[in-house]
Amino acid sequence: MFKNKDRYLSILLISPSILAVLIFVYGFIGWSVRVSLSNWKGLTPDYSWAGLLNYVNLFSDPRFLVDIRNTLIFTVVFVIGCIVLGFFLAVILDQGLKGEGFFRSLFLFPMAISYIVTGVVWRWLMNPAEGARMSGLNLLFSTFKLDFLVNQWHTTPTWGIAAIALAAIWQMSGYTMAIYLAGLRSIPEELREAAQIDGASKFIIYRHIIIPLLSPVTLSALIILGHTSLKVFDLIIAVAGKQLPLDVPAIYMWQTTFDGLFYSRGAAIGILLLISVAVLIIPYIRYTLRTENQL
Amino acid sequence: MKRILLLVSIGLMAVMLLSACGGGTDESQVEVFSWWTGGGEAAGLAAIQEVFNTEYPDIEFVNAAVAGGAGTNARAVLATRLQSGDPPDTWQGHAGQELIGTYVAGGQIEPLNDLYEAEGWLDVMPDTLIPLISQDGNIYSVPVNIHRANVLWYNPAILDANGVAVPTTVAEWLSAMETLQAAGVTPLALGEQWTQMHLLETVLLGSLGSAAYDGLWDGSTDWGSSAVTTALNEFVEILSYTNSDAASLSWQDAAQLVVNGDAAFNVMGDWAEGYFRELGKEPMTDYGWAPVPGSGGVFQFLSDSFTLAVGAPHPSAAEAWLKIAGSREAQEAFNPVKGSICARTDCDPELFGVYLQSAMDDWSTDHVSGSLTHGVVANDSWKSEIDTSLGLFMAEMDVTTFQASLVAACESSGPCQ
Amino acid sequence: MKTLSIRKNWLYVVLVAMAIFYLLPMYVMLVTSFKSFSEVDLKTMWDLPQTLALDNFIEAFKQLSPSLRNSILMVIPATLISSALGSLNGFILAKWKFRGADFIFPFILFGMFIPYQSIIIPLVQFMSMIGLQGLVGLALAHIIYGIPITTLTFRNYYASLPQELLEAGKIDGASMLGIYRHILLPISLPSFVVVLIWQFTSAWNDFLFAVILTGNTEWPITVALNNMAGSQIISWNVQMAGSFLAALPTLLVYIFLGRYFLRGLLAGSLKG
Repeated sequence: MFKNKDRYLSILLISPSILAVLIFVYGFIGWSVRVSLSNWKGLTPDYSWAGLLNYVNLFSDPRFLVDIRNTLIFTVVFVIGCIVLGFFLAVILDQGLKGEGFFRSLFLFPMAISYIVTGVVWRWLMNPAEGARMSGLNLLFSTFKLDFLVNQWHTTPTWGIAAIALAAIWQMSGYTMAIYLAGLRSIPEELREAAQIDGASKFIIYRHIIIPLLSPVTLSALIILGHTSLKVFDLIIAVAGKQLPLDVPAIYMWQTTFDGLFYSRGAAIGILLLISVAVLIIPYIRYTLRTENQL
Repeated sequence: MKRILLLVSIGLMAVMLLSACGGGTDESQVEVFSWWTGGGEAAGLAAIQEVFNTEYPDIEFVNAAVAGGAGTNARAVLATRLQSGDPPDTWQGHAGQELIGTYVAGGQIEPLNDLYEAEGWLDVMPDTLIPLISQDGNIYSVPVNIHRANVLWYNPAILDANGVAVPTTVAEWLSAMETLQAAGVTPLALGEQWTQMHLLETVLLGSLGSAAYDGLWDGSTDWGSSAVTTALNEFVEILSYTNSDAASLSWQDAAQLVVNGDAAFNVMGDWAEGYFRELGKEPMTDYGWAPVPGSGGVFQFLSDSFTLAVGAPHPSAAEAWLKIAGSREAQEAFNPVKGSICARTDCDPELFGVYLQSAMDDWSTDHVSGSLTHGVVANDSWKSEIDTSLGLFMAEMDVTTFQASLVAACESSGPCQ
Repeated sequence: MKTLSIRKNWLYVVLVAMAIFYLLPMYVMLVTSFKSFSEVDLKTMWDLPQTLALDNFIEAFKQLSPSLRNSILMVIPATLISSALGSLNGFILAKWKFRGADFIFPFILFGMFIPYQSIIIPLVQFMSMIGLQGLVGLALAHIIYGIPITTLTFRNYYASLPQELLEAGKIDGASMLGIYRHILLPISLPSFVVVLIWQFTSAWNDFLFAVILTGNTEWPITVALNNMAGSQIISWNVQMAGSFLAALPTLLVYIFLGRYFLRGLLAGSLKG
């Protein structure tokens, strides 16, 4: 199909990237796997074989169980929140309003600011103090007679992590909006017009035509948001400090590795995180490639 | 542009550009690693640097400070540097087990007994301090400053208005807080998880007394004993008098509640005093202080100290830095700015404000115990296990489970084998 | 016609309400950055500052300016090189398939998803082993960990282009690189914008790699921003001012490239 020279050239051109990924991704993963199977605790490397001990211990570790629960809640709230809000905003902006560009940029802005700072602002906004010391959003709600909205935010037992997801939604929903908006714009106008002529209502058009057509967009949004949520770390620390009710595996890993110098356990948490990401990603990659090959 | 081109070419051929680094030891500079990057800490470090520059004009001072999370980021950076065999000449660490358990065990820092002898530091530092910063008779770091952990800050106006005297025992404290709560005042301001651990350690000290408290850390006091159970029950009772939004407040927010009249008490290290002053508050009128009830006559300390790296690139320069760090001149320059007192007992009190003067008196006369939260008494692994137990406890409030996990923590990472 | 405009008015009400939600945290940041230290208090967070002094911004700028240069020096090559590599990889994987290309793509893509905390220690050890530390090493790390997403973006875009486009070039006798340079590159601008925005944002805002890989004279702005907060007493007013300054370049990129961003996404760049 093409000349030999070009084949060698293309392999040559892509090989630095492959080599880099081989070392920086797979090599380092391999190293982490090895450490997670060792007894390394303390500053001096200790590669003595521990088998799966670190993994077994994690699953009976009450802290890790809290982490799993929190990650599940966070991921569900964050991903659904971003997708619903992003889709909703995209649909509104798609109505051909004046000032679309302005609103679009405004919704994207939070993404530009680093978590370290927005986290602190959200901590202030979500202050759960009551009575005379009420502040933040609660104060705002109560001033506008919306007292039913006043709540404990991230200090709510068990569900507190959902409040943190709210801050994350604020930061990432603009991006979701942008990819949905792009998706909406790529749907041929004739399709909608045809449906309208058939007398379908707006709702029906969205429900039966547009949303199904956007499913590839939804899928890639799901993937990007899903793996972001597993890595969330600095935002939670900035909002809530390091505290157990709001702990997630990424924080546990950082703390056990660098505060507690328990390298082997930290590596085990990292590998478990990676496995959960892989469970999410590999079917997606396979699905994408297969649908492509069918075309 | 040239720089960019250089970066571009290096980026493209990254893996081919293997270069070995070379160079012998020279003593023309000293790299000092700390987490003092802002506010009084940074100003204090600059003050020591000035003393150092006058004394050693030929040695360049390289300031490698990383901030964030009470040194957490700094420790992570340091750990990775040590892992890769690239130690700074000297680094800051909380004096005590945090340094010893981590870096002595890892063979990363040198003993400094000769330096202590030569500089006569043993005569000017409290006798009870030395064992806390030593291991097997070797002293491993030079403390620059001393902070006190067991301080009860109070709002004098609120106490007066409610006819409450400053409590000196845990029992008095509990009844005072009951009165205050009945009067509609938040009795005790509390913040995020590490401030809760700070409160726990001071309550343990106040309830057990200094001898039994010290014994917790060397294995001579049983974590499972009934005295500890009592202390933990008192801790639970004390927690019932705290603000409901503790988990969302930083230590600053919590301390501010006291000086703003929103809470009566707060337990925090004496860096809070520097914060109060920066807010423009007056000692004795806007805030008062006392040892945490039950811990009178005990100075529960923490200290920032500097080490000498094994394999330091500039060992003599590093020793010169340590000499300065331990000197009276540098400590007198550093501490008034940082808002702490000298580790030496011979600093001039005139340089310090009224609170720090009282702390200096206590430092030279009180029994010295170490802080848990701030790295004196427990190594990092142990502390991080206690932290996890405490976190679980704050959610469940189950004393029996908590005590059992404290016993387990001492067995797995402490001296209780 | 009238009903339509009423409907539009309602849409504006919804949009403005949403805009308020997005602006609330920004508002708090902005008013705090003008306040004096003793004015910063949870209870008065909604209040306007008593004066409109720029002191905090001046103070923050003083502390951040040395690292601004570092950030620029690091981010520009990190963004450009990883975009260029991604474009080249995307081209090869989409249009110049060799045996194994279908395996290589997922192989590279997977790198997008690793949790960075778990690879920090080997990363540092490897970088010091090959002697690449400081800004160069940091830029390299961003380039490499950017390759998966840039490759993905370009590959999907190029895959959506009709094969005839290339055949035409081949008939004209253009070499592989010639086809890339003269046919694909000129129409790749939208995808470049998407990738540039993504890479710029993540490299500019990254703290984790920066704090670990660079030394004190080479710290980028995120580390400097973090360092502004002392370890014990934090001046939130100066911190907020500083964070505005630090976010400024990213905001400018969004404003100037924003309109192309959507076009880039539209061009199929992020299609599943």
